[in-house]
Amino acid sequence: MGDRPPLLLSMRGINKQFLGVPALVDASLDVARGEVHALIGQNGAGKSTLIKVLTGVYRRDSGTVELDGAEVEFHSPHAAQLAGVSTIYQEVNLVPFRSVAENVFLNREPKRYGAISWRRMNADAAALLERLDIRVDVTRPLYEYSIATQQMTALARALSTEAKLVIMDEPTSALAEHEVKTLFDVIRRLRSDGISVVFVSHRLDELYAVCDRVTIMRDGHTLEDRPMSAISRYELVSKMLGRELAEELSQRRSAVQTGVEDRVPVLEATDLHRGRALEGVSVAVRSGEIVGLAGLLGSGRSETARAVFGADPLDSGTIKVDSQPVTIKSPRDAVRHKIGFSPEDRKTDGIVPQLSVRENMTLALLPHLRRNGIVDRHRQAEIVDRFIGAIGIKCSSPEQPIRELSGGNQQKVLLARWLCTDPKLLILDEPTRGIDVGAKRDIQVLVRQLADEGLAVLLISSELEEIVANSDRVVTLRDGRAVAELVGDDINEGALMQAMATGAAADTGSPV
Amino acid sequence: MTQGAVQTPAADAPSATVRSRARMREQWKGYAQKYGALATLAVLFLYNAVETPHFLTKQSLLFILLRQAAPIAIVAIGMAIVIGTAGIDLSVGSVMAIAGQVGATIVLHDHPVVLAMAAALLVSAVCGFFNGTLVARYGVQPIIATLILFIAGRGIAQLITGGELQPLANPAFQWVGLARPGGVPAQVIIALVVAVVAWLVMRLTVFGRHVLAVGGNETASRLAGVPSARVKLYAYIASATLAGLVGLIAVSANSASDANNTGLGMELDAIAAVAVAGTPLTGGRVTVWGAVVGAVMLKLLQNTLIAHGITKEVAQMIEGVVIVAALYLQRHES
Repeated sequence: MGDRPPLLLSMRGINKQFLGVPALVDASLDVARGEVHALIGQNGAGKSTLIKVLTGVYRRDSGTVELDGAEVEFHSPHAAQLAGVSTIYQEVNLVPFRSVAENVFLNREPKRYGAISWRRMNADAAALLERLDIRVDVTRPLYEYSIATQQMTALARALSTEAKLVIMDEPTSALAEHEVKTLFDVIRRLRSDGISVVFVSHRLDELYAVCDRVTIMRDGHTLEDRPMSAISRYELVSKMLGRELAEELSQRRSAVQTGVEDRVPVLEATDLHRGRALEGVSVAVRSGEIVGLAGLLGSGRSETARAVFGADPLDSGTIKVDSQPVTIKSPRDAVRHKIGFSPEDRKTDGIVPQLSVRENMTLALLPHLRRNGIVDRHRQAEIVDRFIGAIGIKCSSPEQPIRELSGGNQQKVLLARWLCTDPKLLILDEPTRGIDVGAKRDIQVLVRQLADEGLAVLLISSELEEIVANSDRVVTLRDGRAVAELVGDDINEGALMQAMATGAAADTGSPV
Repeated sequence: MTQGAVQTPAADAPSATVRSRARMREQWKGYAQKYGALATLAVLFLYNAVETPHFLTKQSLLFILLRQAAPIAIVAIGMAIVIGTAGIDLSVGSVMAIAGQVGATIVLHDHPVVLAMAAALLVSAVCGFFNGTLVARYGVQPIIATLILFIAGRGIAQLITGGELQPLANPAFQWVGLARPGGVPAQVIIALVVAVVAWLVMRLTVFGRHVLAVGGNETASRLAGVPSARVKLYAYIASATLAGLVGLIAVSANSASDANNTGLGMELDAIAAVAVAGTPLTGGRVTVWGAVVGAVMLKLLQNTLIAHGITKEVAQMIEGVVIVAALYLQRHES
């Protein structure tokens, strides 16, 4: 470790369980004084839990936390703040209708004769922001300013509490390009002032641009703590995903179906742009083909799916269905073009919890079940029974509320919701997340079978294994761009990770 | 499928008896939510049958209880649909006043009765269109969006006649409020017809099922291609049109159109009727008959208290307690 400065924070042997499910297992985090420390890992790796243990949102079950050499245990974020640990959240949590200065000094307003000293508050706030190279009218309400300025206000607030350690949880996700630059300048300034920063982000470029050291977490464990300069992008990604080149799996379909390559694409999305989320994604899916969409969190996987389906508006880009240019402005338009979309978050975006299996399954089909203005219950029941049998949905009856079903069965109902509309293209965002092994296999087998029958499938998954095992072709995204395309036997976890880590923006179609 | 679909770790699996007891409590709560209003109505009915003189007479039941409850029931049905979309409609009372004024004014100018009624209902529908557009298209919170017409609507109604009371004497126009075909008050028949139609619409049509889907999970519905904006718009139009119909009933029954008092406080009566029937205000469920039962039950409660010499002030407090009890039963919903 050589010339590493003395440690400011040392978290060791941290364990934390939720209802018997371990979220952190012997996790650790060391941050030196004046160090910008990256904390990375996939969803559910334990980053947030570790941060929340540190800042007093959660109590740890065991382990030690030392700050400045003294053991500490914070019982609230406020206590952590008083001790010099401040957190800047992804979604800025300030009061939009109060002034910038008020936000900086919220709950610690400078007083004079018992009343707020506005003059001093405004002057102090302006001075703090100036330290961050931000010059704004601090008497204006916060909401008038950009997210970046709001973040700087949160940062100024942290500095005003004499923070020694600032935790930034995905601070760049809502920022524009030039704002990111400003933020990085500020972070470097903090570092030179001896303030430590814990930086959580999924964008590799940013990590390498600003961080000194990195801690990698997976499944609640701390895997690595290394200087940023001593770890390659590839290694970083493979550690994060937990896949070594050696442990490759070979259950993937060996040969691409003959003739599929010659078919006209059902979907052809070209050069999709939306803010910083999508900066040039192109993807095509042919009938009978499962195309995997790979990439790290925040690379634009789900954003691509949502844009194609009309759930989010596009800034630019063209979408063709069966070679015809189409305008898809809403999910309704997409449904009309026979596209189905099973979203990533089953609970919030998929099921209507209090409605029955029957109602949930036929939600998209409902307008087609209309006869003389009335829902044809007979046909509805027939379709529902058929799919419950064909897909193997376990429910006590079609009238059972869907919220009572297991995750896997809910997912099957959502699949059936689209299958009964006889779609041409099915977009599946994390179709097997959080469901049991049996249901997972059922769904994967079913999707393959449907593709063999001619359905075009766009498959999104954060599990490399799932992508490799099920895709005929894989488009890899990185930082909102399509950077690589792999076909057939070229698809393997090594190549995918390589592309996720270092793939440069290139025309899709040319293999790496 | 070699694996079992459900695998519960033994560590956090509650014992079977605890689970079944929790299930029973859950079930009991479900019944209480569903039939609480009906049970209360039955109790009140029995109590009155024994304790209140002349309660069990056609005059008392049809011409006092049901005749008074019918307008609330009709408005509550519209309210239930809007609440089903996770919305609320505060403007119904004011829309009643507008519709009453429009209808009465036209008929007093010797225009055909049909025209007067059609115009009143059309104007009401436009009010609903206004509410629905604000909510569905511009994303204004329902309580604020409908507050606009709640306040402004009464002003509009007063402007139509300059705030003057207009006496009515037109049996054709006043049929909805005064007629008694087959010995049954017209408004009771109308309420029954509205309830049956609304029940069928909610049960059988795509619109009805869409209301539940949008109220239950708007994001998911939108992602399934449900035209959520249109569904909400129609719900507000339905609510306002039903309010307009009740406005006509009210001015007819009073033989006078009164912009200041027609429909005053109706929005609260209707919401209360929906709420006591166990319909969650968070949306996703509509019980048309529940709204009807709720309206009759609250009216009977009022009448019972008054008939037994309890002052109006105390009666209102007791009504409040009943509503709190109903809300308590559904507090863990969703």
